[in-house]
Amino acid sequence: MATPLLEVRNLVVQFPTRRGTLTAVDDISFHIDEGEVLGVVGESGAGKSMTGAAVIGLLEPPGRIAGGQVLLQGRRIDNLPYEQMRRIRGKEIGAIFQDPLTSLNPLYSVGRQLVETIQTHTDMSPTQARARTIELLTEVGIPAPERRVDQYPHQFSGGMRQRVVIALALCVNPRLIIADEPTTALDVSIQAQIIALLKRLCREHGTAVMLVTHDMGVIAETADRVAVMYAGRIAEIGPVREVIKNAKHPYTHGLMGSIPAVGHDAERLEQIPGSMPRLTDIPQGCAFNPRCPHVFDRCRQDRPDLIPVEDSRVSCWLYDRASGPGIEVAKARVASTHADDLQEAADV
Amino acid sequence: MVAFVIRRLIQSLLVMFFVALVAFTMFRFVGDPVHQMVGIETSMEEREALRERLGLRDPLIVQFARFVGNAAIGDFGLSYQHKRPVAEMLLERLPATLELSLVSAVFALAVGLPMGVYTGLHRHGVLSKFFLTISLIGISLPTFLIGILLIYLFSVQLGVLPSFGRGSVVDLGGWRTNFLTVDGWKALIMPSITLGLFQLTLIMRLVRSEMLEVLRTDYIKFARARGLADRAINFGHALKNTMVPVITITGLQLGSIIAFAIITETVFQWPGMGQMFLLAVQNVDIPIMASYLILIAFFFVVINLIVDILYYVVDPRLRVDTATANGHG
Ligand SMILES: Nc1ncnc2c1ncn2[C@@H]1O[C@H](COP(=O)(O)OP(=O)(O)OP(=O)(O)O)[C@@H](O)[C@H]1O
Ligand code: SF4
Ligand SMILES: [Mg+2]
Repeated sequence: MATPLLEVRNLVVQFPTRRGTLTAVDDISFHIDEGEVLGVVGESGAGKSMTGAAVIGLLEPPGRIAGGQVLLQGRRIDNLPYEQMRRIRGKEIGAIFQDPLTSLNPLYSVGRQLVETIQTHTDMSPTQARARTIELLTEVGIPAPERRVDQYPHQFSGGMRQRVVIALALCVNPRLIIADEPTTALDVSIQAQIIALLKRLCREHGTAVMLVTHDMGVIAETADRVAVMYAGRIAEIGPVREVIKNAKHPYTHGLMGSIPAVGHDAERLEQIPGSMPRLTDIPQGCAFNPRCPHVFDRCRQDRPDLIPVEDSRVSCWLYDRASGPGIEVAKARVASTHADDLQEAADV
Repeated sequence: MVAFVIRRLIQSLLVMFFVALVAFTMFRFVGDPVHQMVGIETSMEEREALRERLGLRDPLIVQFARFVGNAAIGDFGLSYQHKRPVAEMLLERLPATLELSLVSAVFALAVGLPMGVYTGLHRHGVLSKFFLTISLIGISLPTFLIGILLIYLFSVQLGVLPSFGRGSVVDLGGWRTNFLTVDGWKALIMPSITLGLFQLTLIMRLVRSEMLEVLRTDYIKFARARGLADRAINFGHALKNTMVPVITITGLQLGSIIAFAIITETVFQWPGMGQMFLLAVQNVDIPIMASYLILIAFFFVVINLIVDILYYVVDPRLRVDTATANGHG
């Protein structure tokens, strides 16, 4: 098997606090291949942003990587000195954040910010960098780029600013983009455009994307594979069709109850009663067990790891050879769960 | 931009008008000007004649208009005590105060800004904690005490700096300057430190808190994610974003420096306007007091205007007229 573009092995992210250490990301492993789009979904607080920040080396102190490895094209990057990691940021791994209104420095023209980024990572002359900047603005669909290049962020609408942010993230052709809810802050009418743009550009440039979102519609349309996170762990990861149409983890099944069109939050359509536990009181065993309609003894004692099931991997004891009822039975049980059952489970 | 400046100018004129009103009231109603100008042996008739000549019998409006008109062309009347034109006396002492204030302000900015940046960037550093502790002293000690301590240390004990006066000055066509002699510079050191110390700590603390604030913003995080070098992020992106409040405060502080020079000038017997003002207060020399007031107000207004224009230079968001043309895209 070829080396994946990004490989995350047993990543642990912790926050030392006065009341003890909080584990926001708890021993997760996944990979992203060249040019692949990995969707990452999960409720608020599941650890999606922390995972992204850890990959790009921008965890805010006191948050830190407490264990595991991050490998880019087979080379460890989680333990690089600051200066070396800085050279990777923007050049090999780009990032797009949630709020385009605040992602750009208000005091510099968009052109200046692009030129600055290009010149940081390449040895283009100012003239070349500027030419490239105008090219990029054209590419992300900004009309009259020759004029717009010298304008300031406040002169652009939210959607246009996110286009500029995308141009900034892609300007030196990174191999991977971490897009953390790139459309959440935007008008619903513009969200689809921005996602389409991101998808098109990344396909053209062969850029892989780790796409964090609450929007199952976006995942369905954009991602190749999807990782479902719950309480700092990956509940299920697999090809997008498989996970959506044939969810194996009881949590994923609840989450996928209905797939709305682009522009709807999975959160608002949340079907599973109860809420994700706080970091301070994650139950023993499977973190989902208080909400799970299929819970059985083992779930309350041991924490499940990812178990390969068909093309996916699922962390649920139902799929364990020894303690589960057998894969076919497990799949059938999960698939036949209705919202009512979930409600009952929560009431118990 | 032009409209903005005009609007500000009108506001400034309004402020000046009110200050003139206060000064005029002082003139007219604090003591009797005639009484101040003549000796006890002057007869009632002579006094009335003087009253007439000075226009003190005209309606108040007319008197005020005359006062403003005169002030506008720099005529503040005669000093009661010295019987000399006040404008002339102020002008003589203006360079001493302005030079002292300028050096103090430059000192406060040149030291306070880097200290603020440093303490903002190295929040937990030992040096930062040291600076912050020191700055508490600067804020809490009264100016005159700092001045006296400095005099005690450097003049009395070490004998390296003069304890009073401007030292030797060079006359440049009426502007007597300290800047051209070593002696003059030496005389400036202690008064400038005394006068600038409070502003220094203020600027340092302001820059520090602004830096901390800006470093938390999304665009700084995004700048990091773009892989920009630390120097570009800290100084190019972060520092520049702290400039609007820093310019405001520094500008306002420059006004206060000029105003607060009164105390420092007294401690160091610095022959500036502040010292003259204090003497005038002791002698109820209203023309000097009134014109000093107007002059200080004038400085404040001019500085404010410059500060407002600097905003424009620093912050593109304020350049409204270009922004509205392309508001949405
Ligand atoms: N500075 C901090 N100290 C302690 N805990 C923190 C800190 N920052 C984040 N966390 C915790 O880390 C967990 C993961 O946060 P993260 O931002 O990764 O969630 P997320 O999945 O991105 O959620 P959202 O969908 O709301 O963005 C959360 O439970 C959060 O409370
Ligand atoms: S391990 Fe148990 S509790 Fe957890 S999801 Fe599977 S069945 Fe439910
Ligand atoms: Mg998040």
